[in-house]
Amino acid sequence: MTESANPERVLLHYLDQESDLCDIENYVADGGYATARRVLGDMSPGDVIDTVKESGLRGRGGAGFPTGMKWGFVARDTGKPVYLLCNADESEPGTFKDRLLIENDPHQLIEGMILSAYAIGSEKAFIYIRGEFRKGYDILCRAVEAARAQGFLGEKIFATEHAVDIVVHLGAGAYICGEETGLIESLEGKRAHPRIKPPFPAVQGLFGCPTIVNNVETLACVRHVMEKGPAWFKGIGPERSPGPKLFCVSGHVNKPGVFELPMGTSLRELIEVHAGGVANGRALKAVIPGGSSVPILSADEVDLAMDFDSVAAAGSMLGSAGVIVMDEDTDMVATLRTIAHFYHHESCGQCTPCREGTGWLETILLRLESGEGTEGDIETLYSVAGGMMGTTICALSDAAAMPVRSFLDKFRDDFLGSLAAVEG
Amino acid sequence: MPRVTFNGIDVEVEAGSNLIDAAEAAGHEIPHYCYHPGLSVAGNCRMCLVEIKALSDKQDKPLPKLQIACNTVVQDGMIAESNNDRVAEAGRSVLEFLLINHPIDCPICDQAGECKLQEYYMEYGGYESRVDLDEKVLKAKATPIGPDVMLDQERCILCTRCVRFLDEVTGTHELTINERGDHTLLSLTEGAVLDNPYATNVVDICPVGALTSRKFRFQSRVWYLSSDDTICPGCATGCSIEVHSRGSEIFRVKPRNNPEVNGYWMCDYGRRVPSLLQGGERLSAHLKREQGRFLTRPVRTAVQYAASLLKDAGPVAVIVSPELSQEEAELLKQVAGLLGGEGCLVFRCEKPAFDDDELLISADRFPNQQGLQVLGMRSADGPPLDCSLAIVAGCDPAAAGPQWTDWLEGLDGLLVLDSHKTVTAAYADCLLAIATHFESGGTFINKDGLRQSFEAAISPPGDAVEGRVVLGWLVEELGSVAGVSASTTALESRLASA
Ligand SMILES: Cc1cc2nc3c(=O)[nH]c(=O)nc-3n(C[C@H](O)[C@H](O)[C@H](O)COP(=O)(O)O)c2cc1C
Ligand code: SF4
Ligand code: SF4
Ligand code: SF4
Ligand code: FES
Repeated sequence: MTESANPERVLLHYLDQESDLCDIENYVADGGYATARRVLGDMSPGDVIDTVKESGLRGRGGAGFPTGMKWGFVARDTGKPVYLLCNADESEPGTFKDRLLIENDPHQLIEGMILSAYAIGSEKAFIYIRGEFRKGYDILCRAVEAARAQGFLGEKIFATEHAVDIVVHLGAGAYICGEETGLIESLEGKRAHPRIKPPFPAVQGLFGCPTIVNNVETLACVRHVMEKGPAWFKGIGPERSPGPKLFCVSGHVNKPGVFELPMGTSLRELIEVHAGGVANGRALKAVIPGGSSVPILSADEVDLAMDFDSVAAAGSMLGSAGVIVMDEDTDMVATLRTIAHFYHHESCGQCTPCREGTGWLETILLRLESGEGTEGDIETLYSVAGGMMGTTICALSDAAAMPVRSFLDKFRDDFLGSLAAVEG
Repeated sequence: MPRVTFNGIDVEVEAGSNLIDAAEAAGHEIPHYCYHPGLSVAGNCRMCLVEIKALSDKQDKPLPKLQIACNTVVQDGMIAESNNDRVAEAGRSVLEFLLINHPIDCPICDQAGECKLQEYYMEYGGYESRVDLDEKVLKAKATPIGPDVMLDQERCILCTRCVRFLDEVTGTHELTINERGDHTLLSLTEGAVLDNPYATNVVDICPVGALTSRKFRFQSRVWYLSSDDTICPGCATGCSIEVHSRGSEIFRVKPRNNPEVNGYWMCDYGRRVPSLLQGGERLSAHLKREQGRFLTRPVRTAVQYAASLLKDAGPVAVIVSPELSQEEAELLKQVAGLLGGEGCLVFRCEKPAFDDDELLISADRFPNQQGLQVLGMRSADGPPLDCSLAIVAGCDPAAAGPQWTDWLEGLDGLLVLDSHKTVTAAYADCLLAIATHFESGGTFINKDGLRQSFEAAISPPGDAVEGRVVLGWLVEELGSVAGVSASTTALESRLASA
């Protein structure tokens, strides 16, 4: 197995750098903030949006929505402020990339945010960081203060007429705060109950004002798109899903971790080369390619390019690129039950199908796990999951239901075996 | 106005309305729980999912996902469908989800018979249960959360109608959502009690039996009650209401949507008005005083006696309650004219003082003071001392102290029309038993000058007759039929044939 051509690491540049990039002086010495200074001086906001559109950058938060296009939806001339929100709530099981970016290279994110805020006409941006990320919060607060002291944040930044400031907000610890409208509600000081759409945040978001929510990694990418140009970005990985990408590999591998690789790197390469292969010499059984919310793949499906479109074509999703590897000894019933427990625990409880369905799924799976399930339970799981898909306010319900159907489809024998164990 | 096609039928609908209201206008029901036309759209119950075949003229591709009708604003050329298998399955599934943790309380639940879970289950559910009873999530049962409201958390389907009412209409925020997932609870905000003047509206809008009225609980199964429309006589606002009664007993009142006056709401005081008005000692017979004793007389005989008492005996003071209807007041004015009495007065009964609020409650505690003013009547602080004869209708001046009782004692003749045994009644020479507001039809003119007609909801006790009918007869006896309204005559003949 050969490694795909690995261009320089940009997002994880801190790994190849001796000095501590949390220190603004080191970041500036390394060329940091030069892009923001140049762009705010020379380019119009519209040009920045066009550049990002041209780069083909798609959101790294899960859905892969084209970033430039999203920015284009911001309602103009409303007389209201526009807000940029950085989604740093990273709570999807199997996902731990944003935390690295925050803790090791906060200015990369801040610079990306300055550029993005400038593009959409936002003078005030927020970083909503997961409640448990206390360390990252402290680092970000210090970094924002340092940037402000340098005149990179605040009024008249980089000696231009432009203003961009950042507020770092520590969340209160719920998975649903990562859903963009849940995040907005939470930032407004309310329960993180996702909002019905329309209206979309780009029209009516934070405090009723036009708002863009982007993931940490997305905003970090913006910094490099603006520095190196759209052609550079588009030249990495597949044309329709380009760019450098962070893959989080966890589970039964020898070398779990976060790897920066081109979009479209094969899943097999990711597991076997970068993550050091399946641990303890065991065989691979299954992989969840994009965080706990996406359909599972079986061992024979790993010759797959890890980009948004290819993974979707294989019936799953790239999601947050949280790759969870399972070896041959993995108990699929227990694994699915663990996942179901997570969604049962995290459902905000607004929508009937999600509120009731997540609990029902776990109840049935607990019964199967304890060997008391019946074949009817398996059919019920299918139909409960069916009723939860496409019927709710946010995608948490789908996220809870999709794994269930794929586990049952691909590992049906494991589930049937859990019944036979008591009956036979 | 936009045209939409709903279930294959073209309808013209009001711009800006959502699909639920548009469908209703076209005669179709889209089942829903959380949507309430008087509140913001929450979109959480997911019962109203429909298929959108085309969003508008311009976007005529079907939407891949089912959409909630409550949050779908109609557009010209929209094509929507609810009568297909996909929507039916979604509806069945949402109902099943709603019921998996719902207690089996129907036999002991006050909402039974007017419960949207029951109704929709019969219409759209009808599946076999797939959950064991011992797997249900248990929550708190019958918990008083205010003077009139009882909460059963297990029955709550978390539609947040009550929360939105208290956030958006009263702004008092007593109820809130706590916890998450299937352990989500509707509960009182910390330290709050649900005792605002409009609290009981949450009972009306709760689509299930989670919020029930402590006064109405276990009093009657709703299917034994008949419902009649009337106007609340509790203040000068004149909210449109429904009266729910069995026989001649009123069990509860509910607000009736009237966009011009009260929207979907009414105040809690208004709900107590029937017991205040129907309680106390009622007059159910017409009485004539003879040698210091009251003798029961048939109504027409009593009216003849009243006429003979007052006719050609000097000016008559007419003291009218602003709780009487416009028809009654007009007839009393006519009577006063026939008897040469210019001393037509309004008398204000003593009642607890309220303040105007920003929502509905008016500081004017009478439903028809405006009407009396239209007739040129004025309010009186003291008795009209220059009159030696009087008619007192619907009010109780004697209760106002010696200034009035002295005057009443000195009168040569007093006719009292009332539904209750008042203090003033003791001074009467003739007593005509009339119906209360809830037993009468008529018209009020509210504080904004709006004329609102109403019909009787229940019948009066014993021989008591609607005031407008007795007064019509009195006018007749006094020698003129002129001015008696056609409706009075019609009512009279209806009563005669009954
Ligand atoms: C239940 C749920 C949880 C989510 N959690 C996160 C999260 O922790 N971080 C994140 O960036 N996006 C999360 N998302 C996706 C966001 O809603 C949103 O799409 C994303 O932040 C947009 O950023 P992007 O366009 O840069 O990808 C979540 C979505 C759902 C439905
Ligand atoms: S789908 Fe689930 S998590 Fe999302 S809003 Fe509805 S209940 Fe809340
Ligand atoms: S108590 Fe009734 S109105 Fe309030 S949320 Fe529950 S079901 Fe809805
Ligand atoms: S506001 Fe006045 S009219 Fe309306 S219900 Fe209350 S008392 Fe009756
Ligand atoms: S009525 Fe539309 S979601 Fe509840």
